[in-house]
Amino acid sequence: MNIASNNQLEGLNSKELAKARRKEGRLFFNLSLPSLITILIVVFIPVFWLSSLSFFDRAGDFSWENYDRIFQSQLYIKTFIVTLKISFITLFFCILLGYPLCYWLSQLPNRLASILMIFVLLPFWTSILVRTYAWLVILQRNGIINDTLISIGWIDEPLQLAHNLTGSIIGMVHILLPFFILPLFASMRSIDNNFIRAAISLGSTPRGAFWQVFFKMSLPGFFAGTVLVFVLALGTYVTPALLGGGKIQMLAQRIDSTIMLYSNWGAASALGVVLLILAFAVIWIFNRAFGIDKLFMR
Amino acid sequence: MAAVEMVGKRKYNNLWLDFAGVCILFFLALPTFIVIPMSFSGASYLEFPPESWSFRWYESYFGSSEWMRSTRTSLLVAFLTTIIATPLGSLAAYGLTFTSARVRNVSQLIVVVPILVPVILIAIGVFHLYAKLGLNYTITGIVIAHTSLAVPFVIITVLAGLKNYDFNQELAARSLGASRPRALLTITLPQVKFSIQTGALLAFITSLDEVVVSMFVSGGENATITRRMFNSLRDQVDPTIAAISSCLIIISVSALVTVLIFNRNQSKDQI
Repeated sequence: MNIASNNQLEGLNSKELAKARRKEGRLFFNLSLPSLITILIVVFIPVFWLSSLSFFDRAGDFSWENYDRIFQSQLYIKTFIVTLKISFITLFFCILLGYPLCYWLSQLPNRLASILMIFVLLPFWTSILVRTYAWLVILQRNGIINDTLISIGWIDEPLQLAHNLTGSIIGMVHILLPFFILPLFASMRSIDNNFIRAAISLGSTPRGAFWQVFFKMSLPGFFAGTVLVFVLALGTYVTPALLGGGKIQMLAQRIDSTIMLYSNWGAASALGVVLLILAFAVIWIFNRAFGIDKLFMR
Repeated sequence: MAAVEMVGKRKYNNLWLDFAGVCILFFLALPTFIVIPMSFSGASYLEFPPESWSFRWYESYFGSSEWMRSTRTSLLVAFLTTIIATPLGSLAAYGLTFTSARVRNVSQLIVVVPILVPVILIAIGVFHLYAKLGLNYTITGIVIAHTSLAVPFVIITVLAGLKNYDFNQELAARSLGASRPRALLTITLPQVKFSIQTGALLAFITSLDEVVVSMFVSGGENATITRRMFNSLRDQVDPTIAAISSCLIIISVSALVTVLIFNRNQSKDQI
């Protein structure tokens, strides 16, 4: 009897406690409202408004004509292809350079790895514009690379490194690589090397242990870096504008010029919507698989 | 020492990895710094290594009233953005640690959107919102736009700091009679101080280095330095930009060094 009533009491109490906790949660949520409202007003509302323009024709009636137009025009289709191509190539090189670097850093003593991470953080904290400018200076016709290669006699004519696809990709890999390294390194650092030793002592080859244990455990960071690099690459504006020499038009620049030069708001907006859908499809898949907080939280 | 390599027979694998690692680190860190020696070049075009040295590009930067005006605008905007975004973001992070997982997840989605949405869409959208409100080319307008871009970085940094903080300390203070705000200010705040300072520096750098939104909503009297740099880079490679870039690099490096010193102090405290 006594025990039963105790249980009953506890049950009542836990209900009240849960209610109080929910109430407290709501109260504290108010603290984040100023930030969230600022973001909603300055980011969400303008972007939604811009996107909505794509669903109306010039007379202001609902129509799909902007989408018909962008998917029939050679110019816009070429822009999509170039954007996807550059984004995938950039992602490929970020993985190619980033994964071995992170693996190497994760196997070094903690202290040394932290010191070497400064080399990754430095570009992360430096202006994209400054870094793009540096590459412009390095890659131009009479830049350091061409001068060096000519003076040691490897080439006679300067290579065309800037103002084209090559320059844009070099610049973008440099700018996006830290976004790949930071989540991946955090992920690798939390892997206990004893797992790999255990796998080997249980009969796995070192190579097998690496792929079946280490690589698999690094996947959350690997995918977080992949999503960040790919999504940011899709929307890049500054780097191809400066290092592409006007020849490389990615989606962001095409949207800009469609509005600024041709005042074609409907088509630009439709391009923007496609860009948003691409970006959010990737993010949505990541959110379902790992949770959005894994994208930035370390 | 790599565990895999330790067991494996072929030790030279490790040397190759060392070599590749060092090369990739150089690729990441060096290119930017090439700008600094070049900014002291005496020639009227960019060369490396410079054959003669001079301060002419710094004179051309500091002597230009237009460059100086946009430098002042950028620094003012970055300062105002920092002092607005830091308390807003810190409060939001504090609030979000107490909400239910569901609400927190949705809020985090909202928070990362400004980082992930292609910034050109934000820029064009904000430009037209501001056209209706008369905020284009005003300091207020640029600061509001930059605040919404900087707040996510503050929230993410402070949330990470709060993750390592034991909230029972705040409960202890309250059970001993401190009011909730007092417990927050005297117990919690000093312990996540470093995260907040890191967030503030990130907010400052985010605003100072922001290009695309500034290109649309800043201009005229209130053009930011990045807007002016971008426009000048599209036309030609003016060596004055090398001098300005060097100054921006120094600011970034100082900010990063400050953060690293915070982190070192913090990890010492924890031990």
